[in-house]
Amino acid sequence: MNGVRLQPTSTAVHRGWRRTLGELPSALLFLLPTVAVLGTFNFYPALYSLYLSLFEWNGLSPHREFVGLANYTRLLASGEFWNSLRVTLLYAGGVTLLALALGLLVAVLLNQPIRGQALYRVLYFLPVITPTVASGVVWKYLFDPTQGVVNRGLAEVGLEGPSWLSDPSWALVAVIVVGVWKRVGFNMVVYLAALQGIPKTYYEAAQLDGADSWQQFRHITLPLLAPTTFFLVVTALIDAFQVFDLVYVMTSGGPLGSTDVLGYYLYRQGFRYSELGFASAVAYVMFALIFLVTVIQFRLTRGGQDDA
Amino acid sequence: MPKPWKAVLIHLLLAGGAFLSAMPFLWMLTTALKPESALYQPPLLFPVHFEWENFAKAWQAAPFPRFFLNSAVMTVGIVLAQTLLSAMAGYAFARMRFVGRDLLFFGVLGTMMIPFPVTLIPSFLVVNALGWIDTYNALIIPRAVSAFAIFLFRQFFLSLPRELEEAALIDGAGRLTIFFRIVLPLSTPVMAANAIFSFLFAWNDFLWPLIVTNSPDMRTVQVGLAMFQGQYGVFWTLLSAAATIVTLPAVLAFLAAQRQFIAGITNTGLKE
Repeated sequence: MNGVRLQPTSTAVHRGWRRTLGELPSALLFLLPTVAVLGTFNFYPALYSLYLSLFEWNGLSPHREFVGLANYTRLLASGEFWNSLRVTLLYAGGVTLLALALGLLVAVLLNQPIRGQALYRVLYFLPVITPTVASGVVWKYLFDPTQGVVNRGLAEVGLEGPSWLSDPSWALVAVIVVGVWKRVGFNMVVYLAALQGIPKTYYEAAQLDGADSWQQFRHITLPLLAPTTFFLVVTALIDAFQVFDLVYVMTSGGPLGSTDVLGYYLYRQGFRYSELGFASAVAYVMFALIFLVTVIQFRLTRGGQDDA
Repeated sequence: MPKPWKAVLIHLLLAGGAFLSAMPFLWMLTTALKPESALYQPPLLFPVHFEWENFAKAWQAAPFPRFFLNSAVMTVGIVLAQTLLSAMAGYAFARMRFVGRDLLFFGVLGTMMIPFPVTLIPSFLVVNALGWIDTYNALIIPRAVSAFAIFLFRQFFLSLPRELEEAALIDGAGRLTIFFRIVLPLSTPVMAANAIFSFLFAWNDFLWPLIVTNSPDMRTVQVGLAMFQGQYGVFWTLLSAAATIVTLPAVLAFLAAQRQFIAGITNTGLKE
């Protein structure tokens, strides 16, 4: 009898307990590896980086000296840093805008009822998935002043090309070309999907009203693509602010710092000169830059939703 | 239907662009097949006779077999870990009820906003403190989880009907059994899409392997290629052969899983 009477009570207690904890035990089992890895290699490093930026430390010595904001003031007073910031913004702006325009152009052309779409799509997309190091190696050859195909091509039409990667005023241009080459396919694929989502009836209505192709593009296609464009600009900027591999392989930041992007500057300070505190300050400046773009994106997309 | 002249114009433009897009690959391949002496001849796109030896020379000039092994181990490790762990986490977030679930999920998504350079130095210090420099642990474990993949898996699990799992729950099956017996077999499409992303990420990755490996024995193909370039600066035939070897797996993987890959990109692009 006792047992029968106890049974419901214990289940009720059990239920109450379960309600507070939910499925915590099994959830822990499922989430433990994720929490451990993201905690150790994302959250903790992000905070620790900020902390490190307040110290002067070479990574080896047991002593690290607290210097407050000195790394940041040193950064802001450094011509190298401002040059690096300028180069990064030029690279990011150049790659983002050019790849956006070309990606849209290719997508619009591919959106016509023509043959061979699948083949074109693959050809334009290949650079996206090519390893950046291999791309850098090959493009370095293409840009070789005497043997490279770029200058040989220019010579064929009677032009003398610059010495590209060893010329301070052309090296960044060359790196941007490769950045654009690697990005167009991605933009094209996303734009193409967005274009295919625009209802044909909009264009038919516009044609009835006598709108020509350009007017249709300007007043129907472009406005309807705005959210896609926005997404592509933000992701391209965030990627481009962090560029490293291409610069490492093609120019090592040179000549004369003309391609010394922030990612490479950070790498040099941290891993060549072992200035871990100073490099962490550089990292946080990059973080701020990227965070700014993300915040702007968040604000604007919210604004867009309010309008709709 | 476009007028004929318009179609021709479109094809001309597209073919011109596609040529520019593919030209570096062609150039890489044809250079890799040229004898060194033919380099200075006028820019013939196709070599007159094929010098397959360049591949063998490049393969032996640096420890490429070892680089390949390292990259293969790292890539397989990352793909398996990211797929399994992300599926598990995505499942917990989609189906289980527990304290702090939403907070934790936002935390996971939040890690996507932390740029890699910010975590680089402390992550290196952690790996160093663990004694993992020059080990597969260092190459795999820090990247064993992908927040993006967790998000994809969660979305997918939310779209699955609950009935199957509920029936099993009533029969007394535990969450692990349900996950491995019922849910995972249903998620092959997401697993495939995710695997190709992970594969390309891991195979092409450069900065992290560069930092956590010192010994030539632990270099991955990308780091190995960069080092190779440092040594063989202007031996373009060998460099092109090496670059071709390193690029091939990425291109093959992409061609094999093209549809899933492009669908994955457009889905995320449009959802934003």
